[in-house]
Amino acid sequence: MSGLKEFWYFFRQNRGAVAGLVLVTLFVLVALFAPWIAPYDPAAIHDGVFSQPPFWAAGGSHQYWLGTDDVGRDVLSRLIYGARISMGVGFMVVIFSLSIGTLLGLLAGYAGGFVDKVIMRLTDILMALPSILLAIVVVTILGQSLTNAVIAVGVVVIPGFIRLVRAQVMIEKNRQYVVASGSFGAGPGRQVFINILPNTLAPVIVQGTLGFSDGILNVAALGFLGLGAKPPTAEWGTMLADARAFIESAPWLVTLPGLCILVVVLGFNLLGDGLRDALDPRLKK
Amino acid sequence: MIAYLFKRLAEIVPTLIGVTIIAFALIRMIPGDPVLLLIGERGASPEVMAEMRATYGLDKPLPVQYGVFVKNAAVGDFGESIVSHRPVREEFAERFPATLELGIFALVLAVLFGLPLGVLAAVKRNSIFDYSLMTTSLVGYSMPIFWWGLILILIFSVQLGWTPVSGRIDLAFDVPNWTGFYLIDSLRSPDGFAAFRSAFSHLVLPGIALGTIPLAVVARMTRSSMLEVLGEDYMRTARAKGLSRGRVIFVHGLRNALVPVITVIGLMAGTIVTGAVLTETIFSWPGIGRWLVDSVLQRDYPVIQSGILLISAIVILVNFVVDLAYAWANPRLRGAK
Repeated sequence: MSGLKEFWYFFRQNRGAVAGLVLVTLFVLVALFAPWIAPYDPAAIHDGVFSQPPFWAAGGSHQYWLGTDDVGRDVLSRLIYGARISMGVGFMVVIFSLSIGTLLGLLAGYAGGFVDKVIMRLTDILMALPSILLAIVVVTILGQSLTNAVIAVGVVVIPGFIRLVRAQVMIEKNRQYVVASGSFGAGPGRQVFINILPNTLAPVIVQGTLGFSDGILNVAALGFLGLGAKPPTAEWGTMLADARAFIESAPWLVTLPGLCILVVVLGFNLLGDGLRDALDPRLKK
Repeated sequence: MIAYLFKRLAEIVPTLIGVTIIAFALIRMIPGDPVLLLIGERGASPEVMAEMRATYGLDKPLPVQYGVFVKNAAVGDFGESIVSHRPVREEFAERFPATLELGIFALVLAVLFGLPLGVLAAVKRNSIFDYSLMTTSLVGYSMPIFWWGLILILIFSVQLGWTPVSGRIDLAFDVPNWTGFYLIDSLRSPDGFAAFRSAFSHLVLPGIALGTIPLAVVARMTRSSMLEVLGEDYMRTARAKGLSRGRVIFVHGLRNALVPVITVIGLMAGTIVTGAVLTETIFSWPGIGRWLVDSVLQRDYPVIQSGILLISAIVILVNFVVDLAYAWANPRLRGAK
């Protein structure tokens, strides 16, 4: 069996993983095609329909499937555009932390010695600082915006990648193929990027998938604390924060955005777990 | 063991120093002048401002300021809040028991339910119970707790009216300050059990919100750790000796499966602190999480700086103790990096 076929064979057997893949694909599609799917402009204010309940509740209508918020914006459209932001945010956090974390991890693992010590102490320090607090302070320094929230959360996620890649490199660099390549004159650049890196990728992919959930959760948490996307933006965490005041009068405004966050995060966690199982040769029998 | 202890200590010291540097540097990177903030909108003459700068030591070069910060912190002086003009240490000491009580309550919930559920799932492996528990725990693990807290409020406070929405206890009760834990102190108040009930009903929702992720982690960890132990030879031997199934599972099995579970619980200190920031914000719980968020929003520099230092020091300390306990239980680890 070819690698990919074998991977799919093992992946497919894990029902949770397939469910995760379906959920994630669904949200990716919604995010990509938001302008075509959403019934209205997410920022459009519909006069006279403030806080209308979803269609199944008394007073709801099929004109606004999931109701409207306190200023008369269509909730469904906002949730659909929110998927765009959350998926984008997750993607950016993962790219940011994965690239920096992988580079530092490769460096620490391959160079060893003093460089390794310094990088590892830095990750220890980053890990000792409570993540949300660090993110809050970083946002305070950089100013409140979605981009800065992504950077803040990315910084918090980096240590995980560094540790993971470093541990992989330490295993791989003493393997025979690496030693042999070195004796044929392969320099550090070739050793690290061409020989070692590809063999560290499997756990990095798993961690990257799980990093999506961390990224989405933490950026939403910052949004909830009023430190993420600025209010008119249809970001799920910010929507939740805005809806807190109406928890009694318009509970759907609180329920729906959080449900979206939960389902997306669950999807990525299922997918990550499934990938780990399918990529881990020790579990294959 | 002693050698290991010193090795770990030697690693902790640079980490702690690093935390002081980061806490110090981060605060100075926040835009805005603390003195201007202190004076407020009315403004002040340059002389007054210079004088204030001198009072707070802000006129000195950065390395000197850092030195003062570390020197003072080492003897327990964490400066004074710009907003309340009270010592940071006092404010921290006042709020820390609230967070500790909430955190311990959440962890107790997590262990109380997570442990038996995990064992049961392992014993009944691949049953419907196992599948549904694992699915539920993954949902719990993925939970955005700031939303979960709101949903709990929506169900139990708004719709059922069972629990209050915010605070630690009904203000009508007078709680003596003894341990700082209201569940204990309330019993010594003149109202006795009524005060305890009020304290408990205030604690239960934030406790559930904060305990959900740890509960999911403990259940999953117990299950996988238990599954490993169940396959061991000594388990079969114990059964062959004629011991009851329950005794084998709980005495021979669980005891050995506990080590990784305890480690995971110990390492959750950071998760609890992060969760506390959000949980305390939602339930207006007067702990250090909300205190720090407020201090960031109000630019209360000394509080942010020392708060980060204190919390990180606690997280580092807890992890250190867990590491030691783990090495003590597992001699093989002492030699490893």
